[in-house]
Amino acid sequence: MQSFNPTESESTSPLYSHSSFIHRGNDANPNPTRFSDLQHSFRQHDAVDLSSSSVFGAKSNNMAVVASNLQCGTFNTNLGGAEFGSTVVGCVETESQHMYQRGNCSATMPMGNQYVEKWADDSQHTEDTCTDIDTDDKNQCFSTVSWGNGVGDGALVVVDSQDQSKTKVKPEDQKTVRRLAQNREAARKSRLRKKAYVQQLESSRVRLAQLEQELQRARQQQGVLIANGLTAERGHSVVGNGALAFDMDYVRWVDEHQRLINDLRSAINSRMGDNELYVLVDGVMAHYDELFRLKSIGAKADVFHILSGMWKTPAERCFIWLGGFRSSELLKIVRNQLEPLTEEQLMGIYNLQQSSQQAEDALSQGMEALQQSLSDTLSTSSQGSSGSGNVAEYMGQMAIALGKLATLESFLHQADLLRQQTLQQMRRILTTFQAARALLVINDYVSRLRALNSLWLACPREY
Amino acid sequence: MHYQVEPAAAAWNYLIRVRTMEEDQMERVVRLASQSAVVIFSMSSCCMCHAMKRLFCGMGVNPTVHELDQDPKGKDMERALMRLLGNGINTTAAVVPVVFIGGKLVGSMDRVLAFHISGTLVPLLKQAGALWL
Repeated sequence: MQSFNPTESESTSPLYSHSSFIHRGNDANPNPTRFSDLQHSFRQHDAVDLSSSSVFGAKSNNMAVVASNLQCGTFNTNLGGAEFGSTVVGCVETESQHMYQRGNCSATMPMGNQYVEKWADDSQHTEDTCTDIDTDDKNQCFSTVSWGNGVGDGALVVVDSQDQSKTKVKPEDQKTVRRLAQNREAARKSRLRKKAYVQQLESSRVRLAQLEQELQRARQQQGVLIANGLTAERGHSVVGNGALAFDMDYVRWVDEHQRLINDLRSAINSRMGDNELYVLVDGVMAHYDELFRLKSIGAKADVFHILSGMWKTPAERCFIWLGGFRSSELLKIVRNQLEPLTEEQLMGIYNLQQSSQQAEDALSQGMEALQQSLSDTLSTSSQGSSGSGNVAEYMGQMAIALGKLATLESFLHQADLLRQQTLQQMRRILTTFQAARALLVINDYVSRLRALNSLWLACPREY
Repeated sequence: MHYQVEPAAAAWNYLIRVRTMEEDQMERVVRLASQSAVVIFSMSSCCMCHAMKRLFCGMGVNPTVHELDQDPKGKDMERALMRLLGNGINTTAAVVPVVFIGGKLVGSMDRVLAFHISGTLVPLLKQAGALWL
């Protein structure tokens, strides 16, 4: 019994239609009409694939390959080679005809037409030949008969199209089914994603509440510390008062400063005219003068408090220089953010930075000398013979040390003057708009430092 | 009579002597100030004077320093300087350091820093011949 050998065809043509054709062929009913089924399914598969444009180019190839496979000697048929060839051709022709029928464009069109003609010519011949063949080749006979039947009239097309429509539905179904499954999958995934996002939001909210609580606690702690400082040092209540008074003044000053800066910022954003901007900038500069006045009062009351920087946040205190900010540092920050500057302005800012740096160095060295002489004074007082003379010596040394300490205030005063004059000179060099931006930049820097401090306090550090 | 006039005259003489000495020292101060491009009157124990010296040296200037605590007439010179600086000076605060540039009085540390920040110190030094760059 002749049977179409699927493997050979499979090896040469890996296309879907072909393999399922093979498959179908294998699963098909094992009746003698298998070949015809094969044939039908072959045609149907090809037709199905015809409808998909992607394999269009390959379609004709497939057909050709299949045709060649069919031709190639997998059949030992008693059919005449010519007949066989014609049947094969017929097969091919049928396919081409289908292609043609479907109105699909193909490069093999002309060839198809050719085959159609040939097929038309050979149809009768094939049919006749088939009926003459022995039952040995029953399959082929039947198939040829079926072919022939199909060939005889246009019914082939009808039949095939019917079959095709039937088999076409299943792959279409398959596609729909697949699509639906993909949709379900996508929906499920997006639901999962949404759930995860919501969970993330919830946990962040909780975390935010925690941070705010800790911030409150830290603020209260700072306030408590100041209060404690006052109550614990009854004996030094005057000193404590001076420090506390300055702290309160400073807090008020910071709030006012922030308000002025916000006004300045909104003025810049709303593109206010130079005249109004000038007034605002001058207001901020005058407010800085107010700060230096407060500091000089505070220094007179408690120079150590100002020098220690306890009135600043801890992070700011890191960068303190002689009881305040470092002018050259501030200029560096401003310079980077103030493009464009004219040549003259650039020179001015650079020179200002240079001179403030030199002044800072000089004052720093003076402070070092002061510390050195103070420690010398205090160390020499510890030496000396015992007795009443020692006390006098002690008091003498203390007096000298006190005198030296008095110069601390003058250093602080000079440092504040330096800061004030640097700010004023910067104001003079820049235009109103540039000065406004510079003030904003400085405020941003300080605000960020303070925010850093808050975050640092709020973050629980578990070591 | 001669005896009675003495104390008043003595007192008056003393005052005149002091004033003359002061004026002498004033002259001396002015004279000293004109001798170099940059003259600093300081005290060896004063730290602000140290800072002033560091400032000028850092700029490349070579100032002439007169340590008043090492001068026998130092006290008078200090008083003279105080008068030069004007009446607004707090008498308890230290007078020194005082700087003269090109024979002209510049002032104390705050004045010097103010000039430096405003950018007028360097031209002044160049004019006096203290800076060559």
